[in-house]
Parts: sequence; C-alpha cells; structure tokens
Amino acid sequence: MEHIFNIFIKSIFINNMVFAYFLGMCSYLAVSKTVKTSTGLGIAVIFVLGITVPLNYTLNKYLLEPGALSWISKDFADVDLSYLSFIIFIATIASMTQLVEMIVERFAPALYAQLGIFLPLIAVNCAILGGSLFMQQRDYDTVWQATSFGIGSGVGWFLAIVALAAIREKIRYSNVPAPLRGLGITFIITGLMGIAFMSFMGIKL
Amino acid sequence: MSKKEREPLFSLKNLRLISGPINKGNPVTVLVLGICSALAVTVKLKPALVMGISVMVVLAFSNVVISMMRNLIPNRIRIIVQLVVISFMVIVVDQILRAYLFDVSKQLSVFVGLIITNCIIMGRLEAFALGNKPWQSFLDGIGNAAGYSLILVIVAFFRELLGSGTIWGYPVLEKLGLYKIGYENNGLMILPPMALITLGVIIWIQRSKNKDLIETK
Repeated sequence: MEHIFNIFIKSIFINNMVFAYFLGMCSYLAVSKTVKTSTGLGIAVIFVLGITVPLNYTLNKYLLEPGALSWISKDFADVDLSYLSFIIFIATIASMTQLVEMIVERFAPALYAQLGIFLPLIAVNCAILGGSLFMQQRDYDTVWQATSFGIGSGVGWFLAIVALAAIREKIRYSNVPAPLRGLGITFIITGLMGIAFMSFMGIKL
Repeated sequence: MSKKEREPLFSLKNLRLISGPINKGNPVTVLVLGICSALAVTVKLKPALVMGISVMVVLAFSNVVISMMRNLIPNRIRIIVQLVVISFMVIVVDQILRAYLFDVSKQLSVFVGLIITNCIIMGRLEAFALGNKPWQSFLDGIGNAAGYSLILVIVAFFRELLGSGTIWGYPVLEKLGLYKIGYENNGLMILPPMALITLGVIIWIQRSKNKDLIETK
C-alpha cells in the first residue's frame, strides 16, 4: 500500500495535471492573465477536486465496479456497471459544484465574492473529470489515498496556473514577435515550464 | 424563418460552415478550445487520428440532437442537458473503441472520457447548435472537428517522425538509412512539453500567414 503522503507529493510534482497530462488547459490558458484571478480559480479547483474525487471513489467502489454491488446481495455479484461511470462522474461533479457554490454563498459571502464566478466554470474543467477518471484507473485502496490524490492534483494545478500568471504579467513588458503574441508565447512558456517540472521525475518515492 | 423555403443541402453558406473552422476559425489555434486532449494523444499518428474521428462523431451528433431539442430545453438547466447528451455519445464511442480498436483505446486511456469536458463540444453546442437548424449544426460539428483533427494530425506527424522515426508505425528514417550515418531520435519530442512547443510553433506559422489573427494588446 502506497503511503498517503507519497501520493500527495507525486500528484503535485511528478504527475502534475497540467504538465504531464495537459488537463484543465482551457481555463489554464484563458484565466491566467493576472495572478489574482488565477489564485481564485486555483483555490476553487483544489476545493472541488478534494470533494469530488473521494465522492466518486466511493460511488465507483460501491456502485460501478465489476462486483461492486455484492454488498446488497450475492445475486448482484457479477453485475458490471462500469460503462456508466462517465455519466455518473459528470453528474456528481456538476451537482457538487452547484452545491458548493450555494453553500459558499450562504455561509462565506467574502469567499463567494472571490470564488463565485469560477465555480460554475469548474464543472466543465477537464482537470476535475480527469482527476476522477485517473482515480478510477489507478485503483486506489482506501478513500484516504483517493482524497490525497485529489487534493494533491489540485495543488499541482494551482501552482502551475499561478506560476504561469506571474510569468505572463512580466512578459507584457517584453518585445515578443507579433505573430507569437498572446496564445503562441503562452504555449511555449508552458512547454518550457513543463521541461523544468520534468526534473522531478527522477525522484523515487 | 419561412423566407427560404428550401435551401440546397450544400449551398455556399453551408460549405463555408465546414471550411471556416479548418483555417481562420480553427477551434484549437484561434479560439483556444479543446487543448487538453489535443496535446495528450499526439505522440503517434494513429491515436491522434482515432481521437479526431471520435470527436467528430460526438460533436456532429450531439450538435444535431441539441439542435433538434433547442426549443424544448429550459434555459436554466441547459448545461446539464448538454452534458447528458454528450456523455451518452461518448459512452457509445468508448464502447465501440473498446470492442473494435482495443489497443488504441488503451493508449487513449482517460482521454476518450475527457471528450465530455472538451470545451470544443460545449462551446459549439452553446454557440451554434442552440440557435440553428439540425443540418447546419451537423455541418458545423463536422467542420469544427475537422479543424481540430487537422491540428492533432500535424502535431502527431512531427512528434512521431522526430521522436520515434516512424510514420504510422512505418520506420521511415531507418529505411532512408539515417541511423547509419549517426542520426539519433530526439527523445524529447515524445515527452509532453514538446507537444506544447510544437503547437506554439504551428500558431506562430499560421498567424504570420494570416496577419489579421495577430492579437493586439
């Protein structure tokens, strides 16, 4: 059994959502213009990943996996509902973001003012669904491992978007060739950041 | 609505729906949609092409379905309805891939499922299918997915050629005898970051050809 802390560190640096799997690229490129907004989105992603991954883990374990329904009775032991996983996962994510948005609005108006606009965006962020699908593929043993994977991936995504936003704020003052301006240079920066992050791959945990 | 009674199926306006997204309105390089999966599946040509075709099927048919239901869907819950339609299409595609192309399906791993949250699909449903007739939406879906596939294939072509020295699994560079004179494969091209840089260069080339795409600050 892999230690929880190892999974956490691994999902932040080695299997970083952005640099190793390109997940959540769309909002990563669109919202990374200033450090302030990207911090808001990053925190929201950590939050939602930390909730949806363990929830989907439980659903997968007791509802979707082959033989998962055997806790009801022996007759269901060979039922395999795993083809439903996409629709169940996306439904969980969409409803959880809605729920989190309502709870935050009711109990923490100050936080809502910062995060509010980003929460609905997150339902269609590939990093969230990707987190659940990777969790299903890697087959973690306990719900705690899945939780630490979820939060770790969120932190990795947060680091990536804040770092990119900081670089983009600085690059505004440099003379980029006209056709590369905006999107093109952002891709190349992300690529170079990815190469830097690859140096973590050598770490054995 | 009843002004144009019967428009020919392939009128000039309809053909433009297909050709537009391939170059000037390209979903990947101009509108920045669907980048996530565009990069991860481009190590080899074959998975890239399979991914492109899968996206085309999902996008075209969910465009048609949403366009047929566009007057029935309540505005407030349209996102959920769209997600359900898309996930249904993706499940069908995923099951077909698993049945007939198992090895490619293994390589694509979670990225088939991630077509659901591919922003191209959501974006086209929101921007086009909700306001247009089924046939036009179908063409729009085909066009946008073709633009997406084109970028995927270009990136995959260079990464496979420079990274593994093959095209579609055929060892081109070996047959040319390049290895004998000391050429080595560039292992960096197989790694994820080079996909981003390849795409950055494609955008650079496209924008220096089409000056009006250049972003002004």
